[in-house]
Amino acid sequence: MSDHTEQSGHTGHIVPVSTYLLVFLELMVGTALTTWIAYIDLGRWNTVVALTIAVIKMVLVVLFFMHVKYATGLTRVVILAGFFWLGIMITLSCSDELTRTWEIVPQGWNMILPIVFRLF
Amino acid sequence: MAELATHGAHPQGFAHQFEDIEQQRDAGRLGMWVFLVTEILFFGGMFTSYTIYRALHLESFIQGSHQLEVKFGATNTAVLIFSSLTMALAIRAAQTGKKKGQIIFWLVLTMLLGALFVGLKLRFEWYRDYVDGIIPGVHWFYNGPHAPGVKMFMCFYFFMTGLHAIHMIVGLGILAVLVSMTARNKFSSEYYSPLEISGLYWHFVDIVWIFLFPLLYLIGGRY
Amino acid sequence: MSTAIAEIHETPAESSVNYLNVTYGIKSWLLTLDHKRIGLLYLGSITLMFFVGGMAAVLMRLHLVEPQGALFEPETYNKMFSTHGIIMVFFFLVPSIPATLGNFLIPLMIGARDVAFPRLNLMSWYLYITGAAFALFATLSGGVDTGWTFYPPYSSTYSQTHVVIVALGVFIAGFSSILTGVNFIVTIHKMRAPGMTWFRLPLFIWAMYATSLIFVLGTPVIAITLFLLGMERILHVGIFDPAVGGDPLLFQHLFWFYSHPAVYIMILPGMGVISELITAFSRKKIFGYAFVAFSSLSIAVISFIVWGHHMFVTGQSIYAGLVFSVLSFLVAIPSAVKVFNWTATLYKGSISYEAPMLYALGFIGLFTIGGLTGLFLAALATDVHLNGTYFIVAHFHYVMVGGAVMAYMGGLHFWWPKITGRLYPDLWARIAAAIIFIGFNLTFFPQFVLGYLGMPRRYAIYPAEFQVLNVMSSAGASILGIGYIIPLIYFMWSMRYGPPAGPNPWGAKGLEWTTQSPPLTENFETIPIVTEDAYNYPSEAAHG
Repeated sequence: MSDHTEQSGHTGHIVPVSTYLLVFLELMVGTALTTWIAYIDLGRWNTVVALTIAVIKMVLVVLFFMHVKYATGLTRVVILAGFFWLGIMITLSCSDELTRTWEIVPQGWNMILPIVFRLF
Repeated sequence: MAELATHGAHPQGFAHQFEDIEQQRDAGRLGMWVFLVTEILFFGGMFTSYTIYRALHLESFIQGSHQLEVKFGATNTAVLIFSSLTMALAIRAAQTGKKKGQIIFWLVLTMLLGALFVGLKLRFEWYRDYVDGIIPGVHWFYNGPHAPGVKMFMCFYFFMTGLHAIHMIVGLGILAVLVSMTARNKFSSEYYSPLEISGLYWHFVDIVWIFLFPLLYLIGGRY
Repeated sequence: MSTAIAEIHETPAESSVNYLNVTYGIKSWLLTLDHKRIGLLYLGSITLMFFVGGMAAVLMRLHLVEPQGALFEPETYNKMFSTHGIIMVFFFLVPSIPATLGNFLIPLMIGARDVAFPRLNLMSWYLYITGAAFALFATLSGGVDTGWTFYPPYSSTYSQTHVVIVALGVFIAGFSSILTGVNFIVTIHKMRAPGMTWFRLPLFIWAMYATSLIFVLGTPVIAITLFLLGMERILHVGIFDPAVGGDPLLFQHLFWFYSHPAVYIMILPGMGVISELITAFSRKKIFGYAFVAFSSLSIAVISFIVWGHHMFVTGQSIYAGLVFSVLSFLVAIPSAVKVFNWTATLYKGSISYEAPMLYALGFIGLFTIGGLTGLFLAALATDVHLNGTYFIVAHFHYVMVGGAVMAYMGGLHFWWPKITGRLYPDLWARIAAAIIFIGFNLTFFPQFVLGYLGMPRRYAIYPAEFQVLNVMSSAGASILGIGYIIPLIYFMWSMRYGPPAGPNPWGAKGLEWTTQSPPLTENFETIPIVTEDAYNYPSEAAHG
């Protein structure tokens, strides 16, 4: 069985208070920034900026508050799998919901076939 | 190696289906992470639906988002972030063998912040939404622009923040149990797994809110 | 207790302590933390639900002997097929092998004393029976008529039946699955015995691991979907409501995101069982172990990207239809790999035909038919003709009943001696297996023809020209029903009068067969150290 050493799993690692405080500060700054930017007109970029900051905040919480920085590879695979599966659900659902109004290209094959013939 | 270790070798809190406390700790942590993945998919169904309808009905969602007050969303975000800090400090106190009074202090502070979050929501957001008549299916008399789409948006708002609030309240219950366990000397620097695992849950609930804030309150900006 | 008279009726295994006799009384069962007892708690409740769902099926088939319907008003018939589907899918097939055989066997097969979280395991059972209680209550109060698929707007707005109660029952049972999945994943990762590397695990464990991935990743989505449906029904407004810009098809996306992988929850454990049965009754190691192991994982992963094939004709965009059609063809590949490998395992094996093997051989044939007909449905063009007909009904019954249920029966027969310490009469078991095989094919093969000829599914009446095939199907159903009742009788008989089994009546490989029958509560006196691969049967050269 594994020895109970400082390196085993995560239990050995104790995060300094200063790290927690720094992360806390970063999270608060991120929140303030998100709120402030919402009052500035950046058009479509408002959403991009807001979500980017949100992702950064999440990564900070996951790495430091949830100790994933010091965790095993299995933990990271589990987390990534969760997000990947969420991505599958969103992407494939959107592949239907957002393409309902796409016209079936009427000249489709007539456009492609001449190109194909020219290749041969 | 093939023999079970004798009783005396195991610290308090040891469960006998395991070979040693290390295996138990690893198993508990992995179990909570797998559970949090199920929560990602659970909330994910709503995030998927949100993504689709926001893409299809952006104007309505902007209008709906403007019914919410940014200052309460932002304040609540700060409250929850603060509570994640206090939760992390509670676990650290156990890890470093501090007296139980200190652990309880941080846990109680976390609970108070969580309760503050729920209280602010109920009193300044949902109560006011009721008065303003923008709770679909319960009290609805909005007749501004994009009324049907705003109704859809408000469905998302209440379902998502409602589910989140239920998770918060469950978290408060868990924290209460942890306070009781700490008071009864169940934890030490050798064994504090329930604290650590509950911390993971609490941080997850914080992360969900970190996304709900921009996605619900800041659609289309406030300029 | 070693008098001569006692030895006739009792065996050393029985007079010794095992998990069944170590404590007595109802509290020792209802508050047990032993994974083996929990497996038996599930076995009892799942068997009950099987017969309730089966009763609905019998009534449906009796009704359908007449083109104008022999028994029910159409509204009642709608409730019958809905009840049959809901109970069979959510309360029988999804938990069947995982909760009974999985719970019982996983710790034994990996060399552990229990699962990682025994209390969570017990809670899973209580969640299951709570959900089942809600579903049964709703059924007895009039049921639902939405089909097991609950599509809005009918289910959210127009149906006058107990949708919310049934949805709540399924929601609660879903959490049972989720917690079981968490438990199994952690158990398999963290509690294997020394020397039990991933590639020495029995293939049943790989199958259960893959199934648990689906439990964990898919079930939460049906939970949130049913929650949203319930909200829409209660509040009379919601996100599937076109009046506020909602799309009923979004429900279908969320529903099938779980429900398609769910069908792989139903078949993967069965495939795991078949790997165990084929190797044991060919006395040969599996052909292509790594391929079979990885095919289980591939099925679990690919199962999540094909769900739109249930929506080809309900309004999905043609582009999404194209994507899902191509992806659906992919998922057949790992299943085919398994069928080839099982067949190759049989080749030059030392084959015997006890009841478990009959079920396994039946599985291979019937699952292949069911799987191939799935390909017709994955192709967009043919699906347009076949969707909504009895072809679909036949397809999924071939895989779910001809496949999963036969694997479940085979597994029960294989491990029964280990679970109870008793043998059942093999002659009756083989007779029952044959009756089930014949009854099953007579019930469902005509349905392929009916579907191709255009008979719609979920209809209480049908054109007169389809009557002969319908009567054949109903006749088959009665034979199938008898086939299922026979094992119930001899299994119960065996618990009291069956001869004692001994630790390894089949001479099979696997850690579970190294323990006494029934096992000790703690499974092993000392945790074994594993040094050999799975299915390490002597090779043909060493064999006579």
